[in-house]
Amino acid sequence: MNPFETLRFAVGGLAANKVRSGLTMLGVLIGVAAVIILLAVGNGSSQAVKDSIEKLGTNALTVSSGGGFGGSSAATSTKPLTVDDARALADPASAPDVESVAPEVTTSQTALYDGTSHSVNQVVGTYPAYFKASNSKVAKGDYFSADDVLNSRKVAVIGSTTATDLFGTASPVGRKIVIGGTPFTVVGVLDTKGGTGFQDPDDTVIAPLPTVQNAFTGFGPVSQILVEAKSADATTPAQNEITTVLMSQHGIKDSSALDFRVSSQASLLDTQASTNKTFTVLLGAVAAISLLVGGIGITNIMLVTVTERTREIGIRKAIGAPKGVILGQFLAESTLLSLVGGGLGVIGGLIGSRFTIVGIKPVVIPESVVGAFVIAVAIGLFFGSYPANRAASLRPIEALRHE
Amino acid sequence: MRQLLSGRLGRVRTGAHRAAGPDGAAAPVEEENLWGPSPVIEVRSLLKTYGHGDAAVRALGGPPDPVTGVSPGVDLVVEQGDMVAVMGSSGSGKSTLMNILGCLDVPSDGRYLLDGIDVGGLDEHQLSLVRNRKIGFVFQSFNLVPRTPALAQVELPLAYAGVKAAERRRRALAALSLVGLADRVDHRPNELSGGQQQRVAVARALVTAPAMLLADEPTGNLDSHSTEDVLAIIDRLNASGRTVVLITHEDEVARHAKRVLRLVDGQVVADVRQAPVDGPPPALRDPAVFAAHAPHALTSGGS
Repeated sequence: MNPFETLRFAVGGLAANKVRSGLTMLGVLIGVAAVIILLAVGNGSSQAVKDSIEKLGTNALTVSSGGGFGGSSAATSTKPLTVDDARALADPASAPDVESVAPEVTTSQTALYDGTSHSVNQVVGTYPAYFKASNSKVAKGDYFSADDVLNSRKVAVIGSTTATDLFGTASPVGRKIVIGGTPFTVVGVLDTKGGTGFQDPDDTVIAPLPTVQNAFTGFGPVSQILVEAKSADATTPAQNEITTVLMSQHGIKDSSALDFRVSSQASLLDTQASTNKTFTVLLGAVAAISLLVGGIGITNIMLVTVTERTREIGIRKAIGAPKGVILGQFLAESTLLSLVGGGLGVIGGLIGSRFTIVGIKPVVIPESVVGAFVIAVAIGLFFGSYPANRAASLRPIEALRHE
Repeated sequence: MRQLLSGRLGRVRTGAHRAAGPDGAAAPVEEENLWGPSPVIEVRSLLKTYGHGDAAVRALGGPPDPVTGVSPGVDLVVEQGDMVAVMGSSGSGKSTLMNILGCLDVPSDGRYLLDGIDVGGLDEHQLSLVRNRKIGFVFQSFNLVPRTPALAQVELPLAYAGVKAAERRRRALAALSLVGLADRVDHRPNELSGGQQQRVAVARALVTAPAMLLADEPTGNLDSHSTEDVLAIIDRLNASGRTVVLITHEDEVARHAKRVLRLVDGQVVADVRQAPVDGPPPALRDPAVFAAHAPHALTSGGS
């Protein structure tokens, strides 16, 4: 019995029950395709996070009010961040690694244009340095200038989502929109950033700080201060300088009782990336379970096949089939099931990964394709070995008597 | 034992080539030793019981002696070239005997030498070799492998023996033409009549040129015409030297044998020789007389 003949017998055996073989293969197919697609989705979403880290600029640091987790209780009193704090940070003598500083206030308002109403996620009042630090580029028009800030002009740069919602395809530059009752002139539209989070970063309006304070938030504390370090390597010294400067501003002696927090964009995204990893592992686990279920399907069908063909096994044994040949025949059948199912699953998985799934462009991991296929075949061998062994161990006289 | 077995199997394998000739079967060539040709079957005090203790059922070997409590067992010697019919009513143990002789079942006690090999000492793999090369089975219910064309069916034992594809095909075709089915090689079992299926089974049994052909009620499921066909093939095989053991309960079938054994309750109660071991079986010795003595009109369709 050469391998080719064993294979021919196996094909014959599977072809005898086409629907049953097909359904069993479908189980493996779904398992393999699920592994490939779900891992590709997970990978695609972490890839998107990585891309947005690069988009945001790794030089940016965010200073926000309040201590760390539970840190606020350690602080005797929490002083809010102010424009004065920002001014102190901008002093090149005390903070030489800081490139620029942009205090921010944020609010949420409704924008109106020509009867169209749109609720803007984030209305940001800040300095022009914000654009560079947050890696926001304009697609149309221009940024507002330092002069606009000094004169509290009612100008705004809007995000791409806000622009399409309010203006459709028309160009918004130079038009007036009404935000929370105050008219603003649109001077620029930002490039689409795209995002993976729950908040759309493109649904935003950025206006000069005093204008927003005057119109909405009042001249109190700022929400946060965006600081840009001189280079990506300078973020750590810059972080230390910011801490020192703000401690003296807020009169804090104890470094463990800070009433503010300095975090880099990169570290925020690292958190998001690790969340993504958990997500990918979870997806992978679900897919692996479906692959396992496919494997159990193979065992089940092979057991049925062995029972059904007990008499045939008896005949083969009576005419001298050694144990190994019977074992080989049934193992070949189960492996063939998983091999064909796995192969079709790989094709299905690769095709499925070409579509965008819930807003995520899947990125196929080559190892997952090879891995899923190899595991599927191994499952066929492993789960087929029990029924095959049962068939091979049948005593010929009992197998022949089986009805 | 393994060495002896492989030596003997090797001899049978060379014999197989002769079987592929136009007559399909070889004259037995046994090296002459001190004791003459060894018998094909030699059975000594064979016992087969099912179950244990009080529930034990003696399928073979007869009831225990009231004095010693030991069953006498079955003793049987079948010479090369003989054609033996084992008769008995159902439950007489003839099927059990057949299964043991065919190495499908193992005896509870006793010795069984097949072509000089003590079968009791063989392991699973060696037994499969013995079944493949020493024994050709013909069953009452044909027992063909489903969905397999006649040619592949007959090639199967050769495939298990490791014969190359071309050689296998040649020998399978020769065996099929011997049973008169050269034009049915591509037919599957469900496309063949009962008689044709049984002839495929006979071709499959003799293709490996086994030491003996073991037939368990080979005509039990056949009409009279097919019965004649199959028995004629078996007669011819025996005439060319193949040892045949037939299990039957029909006198008409037993008439073809050179020797008739009668089993009752697992014991041989009669052993009648109808024709000498050497020479053709009764049906071919004097066909006209044989036909004239037919108990009923069976032969009218088979002439």
